[in-house]
Amino acid sequence: MAIAHKYGDHVDTDVIIPARYLASQDEKELASHCMEDIDKNFHAKVHEGDIMVAGLNFGCGSSREHAPVAIKASGISCVIAKSFARIFYRNAINIGLAILECPEAAEDISDGDEVSVNFDTGIITNKTKNKMYHAEPFPEFIKKMIDDGGLMASLKKARR
Amino acid sequence: MGMTMTQKILAKHAGMSEVHAGQLIQAKLDLVLGNDITTPVAINEFEAAGFDSVFDSGKVVLVMDHFVPNKDIKSATQCKQCRMFAKKFGIEHYCDVGTMGIEHALLPEQGLVAPGEAIIGADSHTCTYGAVNAFSTGVGSTDMGAAMSAGYTWFKVPAAIRVNVTGKKRRFVSGKDVILTLIGRIGVDGALYKSLEFSGEGLKELSMADRLTISNMAIEAGGKNGIFPVDDITREFLNGRVKREWTAYYPDEDAEYESVIEMNLDDIDCTVSYPHLPENARPAREGHDIKIDQIVIGSCTNGKIEDMKAAAEILKGKHLAEGVRGIIIPATMNIYRECMKLGYTDIFLDAGCVVSTPTCGPCLGGYMGILAEGERCVSTTNRNFVGRMGHIKSEVYLASPAVAAASGITGHITHPEEVM
Repeated sequence: MAIAHKYGDHVDTDVIIPARYLASQDEKELASHCMEDIDKNFHAKVHEGDIMVAGLNFGCGSSREHAPVAIKASGISCVIAKSFARIFYRNAINIGLAILECPEAAEDISDGDEVSVNFDTGIITNKTKNKMYHAEPFPEFIKKMIDDGGLMASLKKARR
Repeated sequence: MGMTMTQKILAKHAGMSEVHAGQLIQAKLDLVLGNDITTPVAINEFEAAGFDSVFDSGKVVLVMDHFVPNKDIKSATQCKQCRMFAKKFGIEHYCDVGTMGIEHALLPEQGLVAPGEAIIGADSHTCTYGAVNAFSTGVGSTDMGAAMSAGYTWFKVPAAIRVNVTGKKRRFVSGKDVILTLIGRIGVDGALYKSLEFSGEGLKELSMADRLTISNMAIEAGGKNGIFPVDDITREFLNGRVKREWTAYYPDEDAEYESVIEMNLDDIDCTVSYPHLPENARPAREGHDIKIDQIVIGSCTNGKIEDMKAAAEILKGKHLAEGVRGIIIPATMNIYRECMKLGYTDIFLDAGCVVSTPTCGPCLGGYMGILAEGERCVSTTNRNFVGRMGHIKSEVYLASPAVAAASGITGHITHPEEVM
């Protein structure tokens, strides 16, 4: 059961993972501080496979790849937002964190809703509200990159 | 359909005669940049992928600037990893304590960026080099790691917004006020995925320092890059710094812009962006109620010699208000030395400020000026997000060096006119 954790517009990389923790590259450590400046309980309440939902311009600010890494290592399986900041968007795909732009879903899903995502069709299902939303699914090569665990892992696999 | 400056540079580097907005292209890179926060992650990716060479040891630039001189064992370990990598691959431009500066001040100063070049950096403020007519943009560490090996990367060709600058700058108004005003108008996602391309007869009013500050903060409007055409001001700046040949790119007459924003400099006054977004721009004149605990003058946005001069002119013969801490950070070692030669350092010390060696330190809440709960800082940096400079209940007010200096003297947000 994937639960939605909902946030507002312009969630920036400084709140996703504050710079005071950037001297670490350890995924678990980064995850333990993920979102703590706007949601102290995030690390405790998030379960493997949960979904993050947000408004406009998600991931704005710094280019730190630690931000999508921290979200992914927290167990979040997909971020759904109205729009993403461009460096975050690129970083998320590169490190294998699924993200979907879907203003309708981002608006309608409430905190705590039970949500599932079909990456092949782009269909997002809200079981709590009994509703469906349509996001543009990723093209095959991006889907493969995310499945493989990111750009580098995908390149390595292709070379073998 | 004609192309924008950005599109022309990208087309050239993709080996194509024409590109259009939305197109995915692969482009050769003239420079790949990283710092002490992002490079270690890039090195890990680079090594995990099994790469055994960099595409050009003269075109990878590694600048240790965020947490140096190192603030703790972890940051020291990160720099050590970069140092060993630089040595192993013979990286020519590895800049460490003693030669480093804040990356986006250092690269233009050292002539490492030139018109028409395509540059990526694992730092969001890499967009700074648009000031010298380069296409430059921030990426993450994985992109950096791949590009260090490949020498090229993929881009989605951006659409563009044209910013038409007219009029004359008022006294005390600088590039910082222009960009904060622009972000205030279009919002922190007003240029999302797009280029901001500057044009107009008002550009002659904007010094290279103004332009570097404006391009630097294009990202704070969500922009992919922020770029200026080449003119006499650019040529004078490049003269003696850039020895290789370069090509200037201008937009085609019929270049396609999604929108045009008119910015009349006559209408722009000293501006402050209130917490917790750079778009919360308000007149400095209306900030009397905001009492402050600290000022920071420095960063990749405003640590240039012109910024030091603006601050020194205000602080000369004056002293910080009681209870206000002043932290001045010249952005490169050359600027640090110039401040001493020109007497600025004495002015700052006499005013009760401290002067640090170059570091990004306080801008991102690393060290060298962290704020406690409830404290407020007027800072010449670029972001005022929740917790950016310390405690989540601290506040950062973004402003120019002149406004920060004036505010330090009075102890509240102040227009420079009021203390001069």
